[in-house]
Amino acid sequence: MIAYILKRLAYGAITIWFIATATFFSMHAVPGDPFNEAKAASPQLRQNLMARYGLDKPVTEQYLIYLRNMLRGDFGISFTQENRQVNDIIREHFPVSAILGVAALLIAATGGIIGGAVAAHWHNRSPDRAMMIAVVLAISVPSFVIAALAQMAIVRANDWLSFPLLPVAGWGGISHVWVPALVLGLGTMAYLARLMRSSMLAVMQSDYVLTARAKGLSDWQIFRKHQLRNAMLPVVTELGPTIAAITTGGFVVELIFAIPGLGRYFVQAIQQLDYTVIMGTTVFYGAFLVLMVVLIDIAYGLIDPRIRLHGDGR
Amino acid sequence: MQFHADDFNALPAAPVEQMEALAPAPPLWRVLLADVRAVVALVVVVLLVFSAFAGPFLWSQDPARQWLSQVSSGPTTARTVAVVEDNPQWQGALVQAGQLMSVSATTTSVKLAWPAVAGAAGYRVYRAEAGEGAGLGVPLAQIEHPWYDDRLQLRERAYRYTVVPEGENELSRRATITLTPALTIGRFEAQLLDLPVHNGEVVLPAHPLGTDSLGRDMLSRVIHGARTSMLVGLTAPLLFITLGAFYGAAAGLIGGWVDNTLMRIADFVVALPFLLFMILFRVAMGIESGESGLFPMVLAMVLLSWPGAARLVRGQVLQLRGSAFVLSARMAGASNLYLIRRHLLPNVLPLLLVSLSFAIPQAIFTEALLSFIGMGVVPPTPSWGSLCNEGIRSMLTHPHELIVPAVAISIAVLAFNVLGDALSDAMDVQIRRGAQ
Repeated sequence: MIAYILKRLAYGAITIWFIATATFFSMHAVPGDPFNEAKAASPQLRQNLMARYGLDKPVTEQYLIYLRNMLRGDFGISFTQENRQVNDIIREHFPVSAILGVAALLIAATGGIIGGAVAAHWHNRSPDRAMMIAVVLAISVPSFVIAALAQMAIVRANDWLSFPLLPVAGWGGISHVWVPALVLGLGTMAYLARLMRSSMLAVMQSDYVLTARAKGLSDWQIFRKHQLRNAMLPVVTELGPTIAAITTGGFVVELIFAIPGLGRYFVQAIQQLDYTVIMGTTVFYGAFLVLMVVLIDIAYGLIDPRIRLHGDGR
Repeated sequence: MQFHADDFNALPAAPVEQMEALAPAPPLWRVLLADVRAVVALVVVVLLVFSAFAGPFLWSQDPARQWLSQVSSGPTTARTVAVVEDNPQWQGALVQAGQLMSVSATTTSVKLAWPAVAGAAGYRVYRAEAGEGAGLGVPLAQIEHPWYDDRLQLRERAYRYTVVPEGENELSRRATITLTPALTIGRFEAQLLDLPVHNGEVVLPAHPLGTDSLGRDMLSRVIHGARTSMLVGLTAPLLFITLGAFYGAAAGLIGGWVDNTLMRIADFVVALPFLLFMILFRVAMGIESGESGLFPMVLAMVLLSWPGAARLVRGQVLQLRGSAFVLSARMAGASNLYLIRRHLLPNVLPLLLVSLSFAIPQAIFTEALLSFIGMGVVPPTPSWGSLCNEGIRSMLTHPHELIVPAVAISIAVLAFNVLGDALSDAMDVQIRRGAQ
């Protein structure tokens, strides 16, 4: 088991290094340099700025400095915001994105598992059909459209009730979380519901369910102890890739609902060409996603010994 | 063991189902055509691709042309409207008795006149859109004479004008009138748009889906947007699935440490956060915000998305290499080329077709998402994502500007997804039949 965990962690570390390197070299491929005439008034000033950010050294040396700083957890100073550390930006804005993401994930997992189980239980009957139509709609309508429509619905509802039921945008209390989290989790929820449905259908035809029925267990007991638990396993594995979808989906939802998360900050940094912030957030997000996948792999290895014995986990 | 005479009689014929099961699998296209949803999805897909490429010839309106007098209008048909002077002088009209009335109401100017109110120091004129609640609306003017000529951005919709005489109890003495101005077009605009004028009238073309907030024809913009979206949505998946197929085939056929290294690289590429690197590549290629980056977008998609197809093809190659029929074909003296043509391609192509039909909606989504956050195609080039981006700004007042491109995206994504589902179901039928 320890060997398995170590192997997973090692692959994770190599992947993070790969992400950091890819980020560094693609940012260095950007034509021109960040301090052009518009930002630095005189050649001397430009020289000083280049020296301050270490941009006057050869690329290999810059790369080594960058890796060393990254290992220390130091992502540098923002180019566009005076004296603001990238670390501070991440520390300030990532928790917001994390709260939104966790809420979205919880909503998606709960809704998906219940929805899929309900659809499978009434296979080919009206609940199943309704669920499948909802799933197809949720997969086909882009998230930014759903977000916009949700906002429109809130505005209309608030108008109609003539008191603010839910805030339209912004961040603050718990009431700000629900709608963006639901919108963010909707696509994932549909995907998980579909997965849960097919896995549940497979379980329902298995021999052990037949055995359970033969020995006289009640429908509810069979559903809860035999069907639900077994059918959930493949859904749990899919949570890893799902986290990636929710994290990147957060960009748009944060933008539309004006939530001060890291995703919105990243898009802003790109528009302002704030190199250190772009590099820092990319590597941070990448490392975060890889870590999540590794953790889920390990957790899955703990739950299901077959995977760890076969070594690769794929 | 004892034999009975009956044992040597012929067995009854096998039931029909068994005979059918033993028959060779029907070709993929026949299974597909028997499926209603597959046929519908296929028709929609063909129509979409056709309208993306032939649409501009069928609906020839310029997507960049601005119909200034018809900004944010709903669906309209072709019609004839009067051409009027741009700055007509109006001396005013005096109404002796009666109530607030309109002397003329066109989208160039709405002329109002009302009987003078005794003791009023002046009048305030307000305008509200008729659908917008009970308020007075926008204050237009504060005047002394009892008439008013409104020329402030008039559109072809119902307005409610309120005239309030200044003085005591002013609100209880207000007068209101609701009217819808007739569409007219100024002489200058007619000249600007190069419209031929006959007897002081011009023919305005139809806008079946209305116009956007800059007065451009929505149908034409959606068709031109389809070109961008389909271009990205079709080329990128075709390219990365081809690339992945060759990569995976090479890894599977060569095997050994080469295979190991190649697939490890694929693992790393899979681990890259997709959207982040899409945006990063765009920056790395020197595309600043505000520039359209169609080519970088396709390139980034290709560079990041090939590993799926590579894994698929490699798996198939490994499976086929060990299979009995390939071994026996090889023993019978089949060449490598024959094996690839006769066994590898027929087994891999349908799988690639399925992943292609799922990759296309994904690519359309990605393009729309990137264009929506301003990281893909930017105005003036229309794409479905950038149309949504423009439409979202006016979604509360003119929701059709958001809904039209959103429905276009949804239909396209839905059609490709359904087609993919039907394809993989049809292949399941084939595999089941083949296995029996």
